[in-house]
Amino acid sequence: MQYSEKILEHFNNPQNVGTLDSADPNVGTGLVGAPACGDVMRLQLKISDAGIIEDARFKTFGCGSAIASSSLVSEWVKGKTLDQAATITNKAVAQELSLPPVKIHCSVLAEDAIKAAIEDFRQKQAVRNGTQTPEANHG
Amino acid sequence: MPKARIYLDNHATTPVDERVLEAMLPYLKENFGNASSGSHAFGWEAEAAVNKARQQVAELIGAEPSEIIFTSGATESNNLALKGAVDYYKAKGNHIVTLQTEHKAVLETCKWLERVRVERMEELKALRLMQLLGRAVHEDEIPSLSQTHALQEDLLLQLWASTVQSGARVSYLPVQQDGRVCLKSFEKALQPSTVVASVGLANSEIGTLQPIDEIGALCRKHGVLFHVDAVQGAGKVPFHVEEASADLVSLSSHKLYGPKGIGALYVRKKPRIRLSPLLHGGGQERGMRSGTLNVPSIVGFGKACEIAKAEQATEATRLKALRERLWKGISSQLDFVSVNASMEHRLPGNLSIAFSFVEGDALMRELKSIAVSTGSACASDSLQPSYVLSALGLGDEVAHCSLRFGLGRFTTEAEIDETIARVTKAVLRLREISVLYEMAKQGVDLKGFQWSQH
Repeated sequence: MQYSEKILEHFNNPQNVGTLDSADPNVGTGLVGAPACGDVMRLQLKISDAGIIEDARFKTFGCGSAIASSSLVSEWVKGKTLDQAATITNKAVAQELSLPPVKIHCSVLAEDAIKAAIEDFRQKQAVRNGTQTPEANHG
Repeated sequence: MPKARIYLDNHATTPVDERVLEAMLPYLKENFGNASSGSHAFGWEAEAAVNKARQQVAELIGAEPSEIIFTSGATESNNLALKGAVDYYKAKGNHIVTLQTEHKAVLETCKWLERVRVERMEELKALRLMQLLGRAVHEDEIPSLSQTHALQEDLLLQLWASTVQSGARVSYLPVQQDGRVCLKSFEKALQPSTVVASVGLANSEIGTLQPIDEIGALCRKHGVLFHVDAVQGAGKVPFHVEEASADLVSLSSHKLYGPKGIGALYVRKKPRIRLSPLLHGGGQERGMRSGTLNVPSIVGFGKACEIAKAEQATEATRLKALRERLWKGISSQLDFVSVNASMEHRLPGNLSIAFSFVEGDALMRELKSIAVSTGSACASDSLQPSYVLSALGLGDEVAHCSLRFGLGRFTTEAEIDETIARVTKAVLRLREISVLYEMAKQGVDLKGFQWSQH
């Protein structure tokens, strides 16, 4: 099957490929998919103290549509708040890239990756806040 | 400057050799006669051309010309061999033995035969239940009613079932990690009711050569007809119907630099094997395949077989050297690459490589003007990874990462060098993007890792 122009654009020239330090408390990492299914996506978000996504990086194992979907969402999330980023749907991704029906799962994976990265960040925050609470009590 | 296209998909099809085209042309123009027209020169010319081609095809596999039945291609040949034998020899039994890695033209024919039998059995169950209950029985009720009425032990139903002569039962044998069937388990699978065993000479995806002569000997020993799907192997590696003890052999022209739409089925005459035909009509091809003979294509197919036979040994040596060059070039520059299935028992022009941590469809896109194929699910509409690679027991992730290179008669050394350079570059770029490659490099155990399912 032929790829759409948009898919090719992102596939040939993917944006925000790379790795952020997953130990950084301001970084949320979402790793979704499985090698046996043919696609694994990792999306990392760097969130400012004001709660804005100031950077995003991805690395993906998968077909051209999966790579394009990752690249697209890594662009879209930048500058958004977590709540705004969480509203990005697979439908919007599929529409933007004109994904053929058999490739819709790639956009689903991209949506899952955003959600997983946000979830990871929030858990980190909760842990940090959790450990801070007793200290606050002491003070 | 746009790069020239490189064709490395010679298992899918091959270009028509110039010499083949030359041989065909007169029969597309002035010599247009019907080979069955016995009353005039137009027919005689066509018949003579067909006879010559039949000889050329027969010689490729060590057969007699009269043992060659021309068909529309290998799919028809495989259908005719299996359906024809199962129907003709139904008095003997209804069992087929084949391999999980066979071509779809064999596997789907087997599945159809299985379905036919299951449907007949269901009809008989319904009939028996009606008899027992004295009322009409709906299809949906059959499973539960079969339980309550213990149809499993019903003697009358068993008697009826024993007379069912439609369809077949099929054993699909697994292969070992090298792609070959274990001879011991093959022999075990042969039953007194086995009519025919069907094994491919060479696999279309991983190029694996089966121990065909040994398999044939086992079939002989147990009185089982032996069908060889020789589509990928004939003309590429030595194959002889007597050494293989083959009773039925499928051949295809377009895998041998001949035209598409023509193939053949070898049907042994000594001892005589019979088949129920799929097509009825004018009784051509000893009554096993009616229909006006496709003279120009038959002529081309014959010529293609003649060339393949004459050049087989030198061509095999040349292709093996090119393949070696391809593999050395790739494996010396990339880590985490491996060859799928046996390198030793392999078609000279075949190389199936797993490029770990790079998805096959993406890799094919990246290679653009190099025509190869992948076992990855993402390249197929069904989203199922290659059943052949899965059958090797290497896990679906290997299928997703694999490319098949099919070298052929017109592949040059310069093309191989160009392919090495572009494949290497493409893999490196995609691994830059690949999270799995990064994890592997960091020493993460990817097999033991807990992946999220989706």
